[in-house]
Amino acid sequence: MDIATHVFSALYQFGDAFAFLVLSACGLAVIFGMMGVINLAHGEFIMCGAYVTAATVHAGLPLPLGILAGTVVSALVGVLVELAVIRHLYDRPLDTIVATWGLSLIATQGTLIMVGSTMAGVGTPFGSFQVGDYSYSIYRIVLFCAALGVLAALYALFNWTRFGVLARATIQVPHMAAALGVDTRLIYSLTFACGAGLAGLAGGLYAPTMTLVPTMGATFIMEAFVTVVIGGADVFLGTAPAGGLLAIVKSGMTSWQGQLFGQIGLLVAVIIVVRVLPKGISGFVLRERT
Amino acid sequence: MSKSVLRGLRAAALTGTLVLASSLALAAENPIKLGVLEDQSGDFAAATIGKVHAIQLAAEEINKAGGIMGRPIELVPYDTQSDNTRYQEFMRRVLQRDKVDVVFAGFSSASREAYRPIVDQFNGFAFYNNQYEGGVCDGHMIVTGAVPEQQFSTLIPYMMEKYGKNVYTLAADYNFGQISAEWVRKIVKENGGKMAGEEFIPLGVSQFSQSIQNIQKAKPDFVVTLLVGTAQASYYEQAASANVNLPMASSVNVGQGYEHKRFKPPSLKDMYVTTNYIEEIDSPKSKEFYAKFKAKFPSEPYVNQEAENSYLAIYLYKQMVERAKSTKREDIRKVIALGDVCMDAPEGKVCIDPKSQHMSHTIYLAKVGADHSISFPKTWEDIKPYWLGEAGCDLTKKDPMAQYTPSNPPPKP
Repeated sequence: MDIATHVFSALYQFGDAFAFLVLSACGLAVIFGMMGVINLAHGEFIMCGAYVTAATVHAGLPLPLGILAGTVVSALVGVLVELAVIRHLYDRPLDTIVATWGLSLIATQGTLIMVGSTMAGVGTPFGSFQVGDYSYSIYRIVLFCAALGVLAALYALFNWTRFGVLARATIQVPHMAAALGVDTRLIYSLTFACGAGLAGLAGGLYAPTMTLVPTMGATFIMEAFVTVVIGGADVFLGTAPAGGLLAIVKSGMTSWQGQLFGQIGLLVAVIIVVRVLPKGISGFVLRERT
Repeated sequence: MSKSVLRGLRAAALTGTLVLASSLALAAENPIKLGVLEDQSGDFAAATIGKVHAIQLAAEEINKAGGIMGRPIELVPYDTQSDNTRYQEFMRRVLQRDKVDVVFAGFSSASREAYRPIVDQFNGFAFYNNQYEGGVCDGHMIVTGAVPEQQFSTLIPYMMEKYGKNVYTLAADYNFGQISAEWVRKIVKENGGKMAGEEFIPLGVSQFSQSIQNIQKAKPDFVVTLLVGTAQASYYEQAASANVNLPMASSVNVGQGYEHKRFKPPSLKDMYVTTNYIEEIDSPKSKEFYAKFKAKFPSEPYVNQEAENSYLAIYLYKQMVERAKSTKREDIRKVIALGDVCMDAPEGKVCIDPKSQHMSHTIYLAKVGADHSISFPKTWEDIKPYWLGEAGCDLTKKDPMAQYTPSNPPPKP
């Protein structure tokens, strides 16, 4: 087997791990990293996106529109959750843990009771391609590109748009932003919806590749939290390098010793990063800059 | 009226109600209590909700026909939530507080090993109605599920003959996957094949890109997939989309998690499974069972082997209690020791082996086609759970309450 095959295979595995980490984490990075709300129902927003995507595809919509529907529905659910629950708990961050955990239990069990224990999959599109001895799924490349696209879009949204400026102002110094005439409640709602929508997008994108069950959100949650924790508060400067670092560790360890060691490596890397950089990667980068 | 008199009256009234209530219960024949500890939510729920329904179906049928020795069956169900600690908690509760006569419990081998010491400790009596990695030699347990000598010593030689002798095992990383993989290794070696590779996947993992590549690197002739839980089932979709295109062999897929119904064809193409029951089996007994099941639970997504195991287990229990004229475990085991506890189940004739208290099965080889239809290239009738007995477990003489494996057999006397 020649070197190019090895290099491509390593890159592909890295891209695959990177996409999974970044897509799972983006929504959480907005809600937890930026807003400081520890959203334990993150996995259930992902599940919501996946279920809506699958349901709309079964109803005859093409997959991209299905994913869009999943994203939009999750964002709308996010607005409702923010209005009903999260809004009242911004100054009680520990209580949001209990509240969102309760929400996640209700969502999982509610889905189980109403939709049943499983939902039929939609099948992965695009087929495969061959490099050397290995064949690869094209859809995995799409996922990688989607992860890059989401990161770029988030960067643009929070740095170049008026909403982004207002959102950052509101989250940094809420009373000052309010004094300057910003409707902070609306901004909080929209930011939360943005995070929930990103979770839905992750669910929609992964829906064709996974088992659709009410507990599927749980398989994303560990990766999402560790990426955000070591990424730190900045969505773009935190999540992207954190995803990159963890993807190198995870894909490297997995190809060397298998899935178990991939997971061990991932968690050891997290422990080391948190020990060395308590404010996460973005905290480190931003301190260097100032 | 003084306060103390009032209190006395109230106490008397209360006692009266209690006495009345208990005598009413007696009048309705004191029921045989059957604890049901199965996962109705969580990662395993897809495969196990059918077990609960099968138990409800059998109990209803038996109660309509007059119960067991005239006593109705009363189910005491708890949702164990795919969580091992829940099994321990609820096993204590059904044995100590609810004082059930028998417990039907468990899907994953991890949960069975979590609750088994509690059954032993409180001298309970439990049925494990699940296929598993084999080797449990425990007088407190009856196992109605299939074991490796029934599923693998039929399946693996068939696959090696048909596809080749290079075998790759992809298994869930806990006692079931590890011990089953040991069985596969043993049988592959006995048949002159070799292991191209093995990988163990932690439960809950859903991303398989790297594992898929490891398999392609090892170039096996077929892959033995012993993946458990809904998260791990994502493997098939991902392997299909990467065009791995290798035949697969399994003791757990299709027959438990009906992956061929859940995933879009052709992701399970050329999957071969040895199972003692699935709803596609085309015999009058099977059709009759399937029709009854669907009549009571029309929205049941699939009737799997564990549902059939659970269903027939109640009828076996009924037969044993009626022959023993007692629900005491020791009396029932005397009946089992006679060696003729058999019944005509939906799958065919099954019997309980007195030495291991496991069950003989008809083993069907199910093949998944490109359109996810099922065909049965081969059937083995009356395959006995012989390994434990041959290895030296004999519950009619001694009850070691232990689990054995090929590399850790029962001690020689």
